[in-house]
Formats: sequence, structure tokens, C-alpha cells
Amino acid sequence: MRHPFNGFLILSPPALVEIRNLNFSYDKRAVLQGINMTFHKGKCIAIMGSSGCGKTTLLRHIGGALKPTKGHVKVDGKIMHELDPNGMYKMRRKMGMLFQFGALFTDMSVYDNVAFQMREHTDLPEDLIHDLVMMKLNSVGLRGTHDLMPSELSGGMARRVALARTVALDPMLIMYDEPFAGLDPISLTVVGDLIRRLNDALGATSVIVTHDVQESLKIVDYVYFMAGGVIVAEGTPDEIRASDKAIVHQFVHGEMDGPLPFHYPGGDYRQDLSL
Amino acid sequence: MPIVKTITGVGHRVVNAVWRIGIAARFFALTLTHSGSGFRRFGLIKKELFSTGVMSLIIIIVAGLFVGMVLGLQGYETLKRFGSESALGVMVALGLVRELGPVVAALLFASRAGSAMTAEIGLMKATEQISAMELMAVNPIARIVAPRFWAGVISMPLLAAMFSAAGIFGGYFVGVVQIGVDEGSFWSQMQAAVDFRHDIMNGVLKSFVFGVVVTVIALFEGYDAPPTAEGVSGATTRTVVTSSLAILMLDFVLTAMMFGGSE
Repeated sequence: MRHPFNGFLILSPPALVEIRNLNFSYDKRAVLQGINMTFHKGKCIAIMGSSGCGKTTLLRHIGGALKPTKGHVKVDGKIMHELDPNGMYKMRRKMGMLFQFGALFTDMSVYDNVAFQMREHTDLPEDLIHDLVMMKLNSVGLRGTHDLMPSELSGGMARRVALARTVALDPMLIMYDEPFAGLDPISLTVVGDLIRRLNDALGATSVIVTHDVQESLKIVDYVYFMAGGVIVAEGTPDEIRASDKAIVHQFVHGEMDGPLPFHYPGGDYRQDLSL
Repeated sequence: MPIVKTITGVGHRVVNAVWRIGIAARFFALTLTHSGSGFRRFGLIKKELFSTGVMSLIIIIVAGLFVGMVLGLQGYETLKRFGSESALGVMVALGLVRELGPVVAALLFASRAGSAMTAEIGLMKATEQISAMELMAVNPIARIVAPRFWAGVISMPLLAAMFSAAGIFGGYFVGVVQIGVDEGSFWSQMQAAVDFRHDIMNGVLKSFVFGVVVTVIALFEGYDAPPTAEGVSGATTRTVVTSSLAILMLDFVLTAMMFGGSE
């Protein structure tokens, strides 16, 4: 198949998210510099990097919560920071985001949490909402918890309920902010497997911001590596595993010292010890 | 130069304070403009009315009862010197309806319901619940803030009325039942001297104003709190301190406007 305008061959599905020359500074400190990414429809993409490298900031740009200093993020053909509040809310209805610790509403039951968006954005009758909530909870294996409060769930269960809430309205784009943080090995596999299965079942596109290399390489189609606000490497999971780039090697193998130094920059050690 | 540093520091604080007042005013305006959905779905306000209003009832009634009992005791001691013990009912009722009812109930409301609102919203922010709501295309001002605001505004005058009623009963208990002031003169003088518009309605107006001020301060502090444990605890303290001072200062202004030099 050829592109209708430029005649180039189209080998991959159309892009849902296009990030072009994205720059963002906070208090004159550059957090993101010249980021270019493309997320194709139906794919699972991981954005990896150590803490503080700008991954979450990037995710917030995709969700339209931050305005870039330069460049743009285009989702489904629309530039996010140019949307008016109504357009932004319309776009966000087509997105879902799973927060690091689930961010379940603590004053609502599991059932009400999953039903929240259906009640806010649709006029569906309550008995239909009931069936939909039960189906969503069943898809994450937690139908039996519908009358519990979030405080009664374990960390892994809360993350799965939050996942059911995230996909409540079948979003086209699902964003995950550190979905594996603080999970036991079983929950880790369960959540990883659910992310992939839900993405494929819904025909959605998933963006996973994580520093869990092994778990995410198992489920994603493409990986971007970030350090210090720039992309330092990218490729398929196999290419990343085989990469001989020092920074990727350090990250994938969890080495203590390397391009990302163990020591935070400081003055002369001898001087600090008054020697 | 330490003096330059001091002046710069004071300047910074003043500018910051003015900024915060501006942001709070904008927050208040946003709350009012996003109140429509709360009234369309009155269940949201009703739920908050229960937690802010109904759950504050016990503390309000008990406090009102004791304040009324003290008023009865002190009032009797003073009035006895002039031989006007029969005016005890008037003194207790006017003291409560005009001043102590709205003011003390508002102070209690700020420390019980106001601090709870700040802590709840601050923690919702710290645990990313507010960000989650925004990304679900639900406006947190309309869904979280506005229902709590109207619940506070509606429940404050009702709580102040309950406080005054409990206080009058406390005054009656000490004055009439315990000390033996004539029951007939206690009630009849009260009925004759307390004016509905001048005394009761002005008291209601005061408590309405306090309700708006306390709730806006509590909600703004929670919404503006840094998303950390330290930030939320600081915001809760600020809610109680700022709203208590605001109540007392506004009470003077309102009293001067309503009763100052009118008689």
C-alpha cells in the first residue's frame, strides 16, 4: 500500500500519536529536549529510563496536562496543546491512564470506581452499567471484589481495579505510568499480561512508562530509551537486548556504574572531608 | 546587607500573599461557575451535607448546650445585681442568636468539617486522584469542590441555628430549672424582645457569610496543598488558623454594619 500523497510505501499501521521536536522546560531547567516519537495504532510501546529522566513529563504532554515549550504532541491528528478545554475533554474521553499507585477514588467502592466514567460521560441505564462493570472487573479477574473499598485491596489488586477503570470506556490510547512499581512477582506477571491482552482485545494503543526492563520487554512491540530528557536509544525488544550502547547495556543489566554515574555530582571528596 | 534582605523577604511575603488571594478568588469564581452540575445531581451535595453537616451535629449541640449554660449562670449573677433576673431569657437568646451562635458554630465548623475537607482534598491530590479525574475528562472543580462548597454553605446556618437552640435550652436549664428564675418571664420576655428580622435574620446572614468563607478557605487550602504529607498537614493547620481569624474579623465588620449605632 502506498501513501496517497507522497507515494511512499506504508509498512506499518497509521500513527495514533506523533511527537515532534518536543521541548519542555521547568524553571529554566530543560526536562525534555527535541523528543521525536511515533506510536502506531494497535502497538504497545515502552518508554524507559531512570527516575527523573522526563518519562512522566512526556506522558503528561500526551494527556494534554502540560504545554510544551517548543514542538507538539499530535494525538489522532489533533495537536494537544492547541485544543480548547472542550476539545481537550473530548479527546481525553478517548484516552485512559493508569497511575503509578492506581489513584482509585478512596471514598468510592470498587464498583463505583469502575462505573465512574460511565456515569459521568454516558446516559446508560444503571442495569447496563452494572453488567459492563462486572464484565470489566471479570476481565481483570476481580469480579468478586465489587463491593470492597479500595483500602481493603492489596497493591496488586488495586492496580488491576484501576486497570479495569482505565479501560471502562474502551479508550483508543491507554497510558501507563510505572504500572509495575512495588508489585510482587505474581502480580507483576498478571498486570503485564493484562496490559498486553487488553491492548489487543480493545484494539487500542498502549504507552508504558517504566523502569522495569525485564517485564516490559516481554510484552511491548517497541522501546524508547530516555536519559536526561533526550532519547538515547530505540528499537524492538530484541534490538534493545542485543544493543551494545553503554547506557542501554547498563540499564538492561542493572549495572551500578556506567554512563549513568553512581555518584551525584559534588565537590572534591578530600576537601569535603577536610583532608 | 541584612536590612535589604529583610525588606526583600517582607516584599516577597506580601507579593505571595496577594498572589494567593488572587488565586483563591479565581478558585471561588470557578467553583460558582461549575456549580450547575452539583444542583442537577443533588445526590452529590446530599452526600457531602451528611459528612459536613450531619456529622458535625453532635459537637455543635453539646457545645451549644454548655455555652448556653455558662451564659445562664453568668447572666443571672450579673442581672441579679440590678434586680432584673427576669430578663435572663432575653440576654441568653440575644447573645446566642446575634453573636455566639453564628461565631462559635462557625469556629467549630472550621475545626471539624473545614479541616476534614482540606485533608481529604489534599490527600486526593497527593494520591493523584484529582489528576486521574482530570484525565478522565471530569472537571474536579465541578465534581469534588462545588458539591462540598454548597454543602458547607447550606449546613452552616442550620448548624448555627441548632447551636443557638441548644444554647437557649442550656440557659433555660441553668436559669429556670436549677436557679429558679420564673419560667413565664424567661420565655415571654425573650419572645417580646427578640426581633425576627433584626436579630434572627441578621444572625442567619452572619452564619451564611461564615459558611461561604470557611468552606472556600478549606477547599482552596486543600486544592492548593503541596502533594506531600507535610504539605497536607500544613494546609490543614492553615485552614483552621485562617478561617478562625477570618470569622472573628468578619464578625466585627458584620456586627458594626448590622447593629452598630442603630439603637
